[in-house]
Amino acid sequence: MSTDVATATAASARQPAVPHWAKLVVIWGLLITAPFWLPLVGGYTALAGRVLVFGLAAMGLNLLLGFTGVLSFGHAAYFGLGAYGAGLTLRYLVHSTPLAMIAGTLLGGLAGTLFGLLIVRRRGVYFAMCTIAFGQLWYYLAYSWNDFTGGFDGLRDFHREPIGFGPLTLDITAGPQFYYFLLAVFAIAVGLLGLLVRSPFGHTLRAIRENERRARFLAIPVERQIWLSFSISCFVTALAGTLYALLNNFADPLALHYSLSGYFVVMCVMGGMRTFWGPLLGATVFVVLQDYISSMTVNWMSFVGTIFILVVLFFPRGLLGLRRQRGEK
Amino acid sequence: MLEVRNITKRFGNLVAVKDVSMSVKPGELRAIIGPNGAGKTTFFNMISGYFPPTRGSIEFNGKDVTQVPAHRRVGLGMGRTFQITEIFPELTVRENLLTAAEVAAGQTLNMLPGRAAAKLAGDVATEMMALVGLTSKADRLVGELAHGDQRTTEIGMALAQLPRLLLLDEPTAGMGDEETYAITALIRRLHRDSKYTIVLIEHDMRVVFHLADYITVLDQGALLVEGTPKEIAASEAVQTAYLGGTG
Repeated sequence: MSTDVATATAASARQPAVPHWAKLVVIWGLLITAPFWLPLVGGYTALAGRVLVFGLAAMGLNLLLGFTGVLSFGHAAYFGLGAYGAGLTLRYLVHSTPLAMIAGTLLGGLAGTLFGLLIVRRRGVYFAMCTIAFGQLWYYLAYSWNDFTGGFDGLRDFHREPIGFGPLTLDITAGPQFYYFLLAVFAIAVGLLGLLVRSPFGHTLRAIRENERRARFLAIPVERQIWLSFSISCFVTALAGTLYALLNNFADPLALHYSLSGYFVVMCVMGGMRTFWGPLLGATVFVVLQDYISSMTVNWMSFVGTIFILVVLFFPRGLLGLRRQRGEK
Repeated sequence: MLEVRNITKRFGNLVAVKDVSMSVKPGELRAIIGPNGAGKTTFFNMISGYFPPTRGSIEFNGKDVTQVPAHRRVGLGMGRTFQITEIFPELTVRENLLTAAEVAAGQTLNMLPGRAAAKLAGDVATEMMALVGLTSKADRLVGELAHGDQRTTEIGMALAQLPRLLLLDEPTAGMGDEETYAITALIRRLHRDSKYTIVLIEHDMRVVFHLADYITVLDQGALLVEGTPKEIAASEAVQTAYLGGTG
């Protein structure tokens, strides 16, 4: 596209086609009412729960991928560590949902924070390869430590527990109640992420994504910022992992496997990684397709893969990126 | 304000800059010129802290900064632009300047939007956008702007960090006549009206003689002469160096 065209038409740029508040009303409206309208279109509440869990994981990854410009192919490690951390706590330590969530989030988040220190100077493919290798380490650990983790069969025999607030008890063992619990946790985490990307810290991350050399010359401590972004991103994904364990009352080694890391990246890219809500849309498309197609064929991934390729070819900036691009040009 | 004393830079066997000194007073606009390969860029990179000199010392505002790396010199009040435009293309003009101002205000760890210190940085960004004349393009993506506006954005980013000394590496590189005229007028305004101290490298002699208070001429890594534009224009040594001694 030539500079002339860009200059001539960009005057109307940055005037989003849909106002920001309207977008938020639609997103939260759909999420809050999901248990009511989903059955009408052939869905079920647990499916919406999966969308929230994977959406949160992908939005956590996207802080690093879309907003810092650093590719991790190992975020399943922190997701899985979150899931196992929560599951193991519930099974062996205490019957408390909040403690299980805290333990899982800390396990995954701290593992990522420490690992991040080691790889923060690597860039591009080298960074991505390191994240895969570190992720697989945990997969094989969970896979082979039969007695403790349940090995290939996964970790069973734990259940999410009702949460007590003094005399009040919040029973989240049933599906719809648990969906709203998920939505509340999702809302808090996403709200904090939203503040983060609009903060001065968030601005430095985008500066690093856009031009690392320039960022360095502005006196942005590039390595420290990437490390913090990686760390926060791991905490969010680990939190999503704990919700995954609670949703299924189950944690399996595949939650740690690098193929899941790849799915997270696919969700971000498909939905639009330069947009805040893109990964949630990507996760929605991914989870719904997986659910729908895997009921017909075991080769569901080849269909999802085809759709992914079509999206990348025709919407290079992702599904939400397209709308923004049209608004701009 | 800036005291460069007898600095030398060696790369292996090559002596790129040889025993050069320069003294810049507050409010001065100093141009560094010289034929290709004269060591201008190497000299400039030592001033901005891109690499330290092999020998010699650099003092800035009475403080020895010889070994201080570039990103820490920013905090001391040095702002620079680059020969090749270095911007954040997919951010708006405002976001480019705002990020620079926030970093200078020490906000890199502030994870909440809208705090007082961050608002102050926003005011600085707004002020500097007005100063360089980009207010009407505040919400445009910098990557979509014309080359001249991108260079102007870069100067705006440097200004948003509130420098006491502005280092400009070939500010008119790659520009047509009209853009060169506009950026020259901007630099002149920054110098005359806003009283910035400026050191620049420039190839375009019209720009240099129009702007500079003093000119430092380098040739083959060494200081050839130093003086006002009038003195430089009259200097035989300079004419010989530029014409390669054959004319």
